[in-house]
Amino acid sequence: MDTRDTPEQAELRRTARQLARQLGPRTVADLDEGKRTRRLAEAVRSAGWLELRQDSGHGGPLASGVEAAIIAEALGEAVADVSFAGPLLGADLARRAGARPIDGAVVAFAPDLIDAARVSGPSTTLPIYAVDCDGQTPGSAYVLVPEGAGYRLAQVRVEGASEGSDLTRVIRRLPAGTPLLPVPNQSRLLTSADLDSWATLGLTLTSADLVGLMRGVLGLTVSYARERRQYGVPIGSFQAVQHLLAEALCLMEGAFSATLHPSWAVDERAPAEARNAGRLAKAYCARAARTVCETAVQVHGGMGNTWDCIVHVYLRRVLLSSQWFGDDGEHLWQLQRARLGATHGFS
Amino acid sequence: MDFRDSPEEAEFRQRFRAWLAKNNPGLPVSSTDDEYWARQAEWHTALYDAGFFGLSWPSRFGGHDLPPVFDVILDEELAAAGAPPRPSLGYLVQGIATHASDAVKGRFLPGLISGRERWCQGFSEPDAGSDLASLRTTATLEGDKYVIHGHKIWTSYSDVADWCFLLARTDPTVPKHKGLSAFAVSMHQPGIGQRPLRMINGITKEFGQVLFDGARAPAENMIGAPGEGWRVAMTIVSHEREPGEVGYVARYAKTVRDLEEVVRADPNAFRSDQREAVAWAYVQAEMLRLHVRRRLSERLDGIDHGPGGSIDKILMTWVEQSVGSAALSVAGSRALIDSDDLGLKIYLYSRAQSVMGGTSQIQKNIIATRILGLPSA
Repeated sequence: MDTRDTPEQAELRRTARQLARQLGPRTVADLDEGKRTRRLAEAVRSAGWLELRQDSGHGGPLASGVEAAIIAEALGEAVADVSFAGPLLGADLARRAGARPIDGAVVAFAPDLIDAARVSGPSTTLPIYAVDCDGQTPGSAYVLVPEGAGYRLAQVRVEGASEGSDLTRVIRRLPAGTPLLPVPNQSRLLTSADLDSWATLGLTLTSADLVGLMRGVLGLTVSYARERRQYGVPIGSFQAVQHLLAEALCLMEGAFSATLHPSWAVDERAPAEARNAGRLAKAYCARAARTVCETAVQVHGGMGNTWDCIVHVYLRRVLLSSQWFGDDGEHLWQLQRARLGATHGFS
Repeated sequence: MDFRDSPEEAEFRQRFRAWLAKNNPGLPVSSTDDEYWARQAEWHTALYDAGFFGLSWPSRFGGHDLPPVFDVILDEELAAAGAPPRPSLGYLVQGIATHASDAVKGRFLPGLISGRERWCQGFSEPDAGSDLASLRTTATLEGDKYVIHGHKIWTSYSDVADWCFLLARTDPTVPKHKGLSAFAVSMHQPGIGQRPLRMINGITKEFGQVLFDGARAPAENMIGAPGEGWRVAMTIVSHEREPGEVGYVARYAKTVRDLEEVVRADPNAFRSDQREAVAWAYVQAEMLRLHVRRRLSERLDGIDHGPGGSIDKILMTWVEQSVGSAALSVAGSRALIDSDDLGLKIYLYSRAQSVMGGTSQIQKNIIATRILGLPSA
């Protein structure tokens, strides 16, 4: 048992953080800087990171959940406005169905953004949402089509404007009546165990993103508290402020420790066990990240409540990463069902 | 990164599990019951004699020279079996191993590790709590012995201890942090008085007060050099703050399992907020178990006596108090009708965790200034 990074993982962590810091937005205005975002997207693509969950040719993905989580955390830390988890989850789902990956395809979700969209019939009947797709070009999203005891993959065309409140990732609404197109060359139906494993990857990537967001926003906020002066001294010298930031650091460290486990377990443990690890990490990370971001807004004072202060970019992304694959409320409820035998939510 | 047991770890886990199946003393949840404290020594020696205690400590002192992660396995198996946690004295071992002379280590570590000699920790005083360095207990050299006068409080197991790890002022003329020294003081001598403390959950066996009135310690029983007491104390408290060192993970996991069992017997008899409190306690306890795995893995790079223990202490406190709240929530009105209710005792005991070993406020000061690099107030 050794939860440390291997030398290769440590190197990936360094590289990913450096790339994300270099090309991620420093200010809110940077978000509109097309040249930078294109360079960032190109860097992520040419590093091969979007292919990590494609088939290696030896019956598994090219890289484990640990590597995927390392990159997700680095991108979160720099609040990097680039599509990563979306296409990774698309490729992972396609691999489990034995299908050749469709370039850049993401997954479409039910309106709660927790489960992959399930569609029977020739077109969608409710609006569904493609999450974390490419901001520039039209593409595809996978949906699940029930068949026998499992699911077959189909794809829908994704285009149009971004609708989400997260300023760094693109959500596209696909209206009811969007036609389903076939996904060629699927060699097997997806089982519920496949979907458990896939959801564990989703829980891992969103948890790792939240850990990175906490790390990033805490760094910004600590720097601000060192510089911002009131009563003639830095506000970071006041214990009332220090204790908020100290609590935030503890939350981030606990969240990091909890997230390492599903990032490893997704490829190494039985699907249900791994998903349980993912659920508890996500429940912890979602609560922690919300608190850490709210602390960051508070310590930034009035400026923290303005559009031009980058802190709300972190908070908005935290809200999406929390809800995507389920937040603390969702997973505490699922844990009650699984571990306590609860059958209804209110009594 | 690999969460799997290595072959050696798996073998150890199996061996310990098999031993535990036959040797679980079935003690009540620790910290809530005097019976636990009364029989803790017995449990310590049973673990030690079977080869399951002091795993990561040097074999020349009775340990097993194993990597620190073996302690995680021990804690996990104790929790799974519902057995009491391992005795928490790793921080005293770290203090002696880091600062004491070879002679002192050779004299005291074997008995401390084997449980043949029991220890208490004489740091806090009625007027020196968070401000530990202002302590007033004195140790004055007379011939080849130090003579000790003072009043210690929150001294765990003082009534059964053979030795006290004492922090005392040996030089009143220098700044307060520089005039302290640490000693091993025999508890079996005249000049030592005991006063038990009754805690808010009713237990009387854990904490005591000790009055030193002319007790003596040979000069060779000093731990570290004269004036090194503050550094010794900081080594000890930094490890006292680490859940991997104190083994509480097993206690939290056991309590959570017990609570889950109560709810599972009739889940819809509990409100959603009660069930959610238990689910959250589970999430917290698991987080801490994984955090300890991470910290003890990091120790493979070498032991760090730094301020990181304060982060761990805050996490451990949040976990204990979440578990305590869940216990109270599940108990419902029983906690009010029956003053012996276990849920009530667990809850009441949990409130001490944000005070003992350095208050949460002190930990946050340390984290802010020494880890985050914020300016001192």
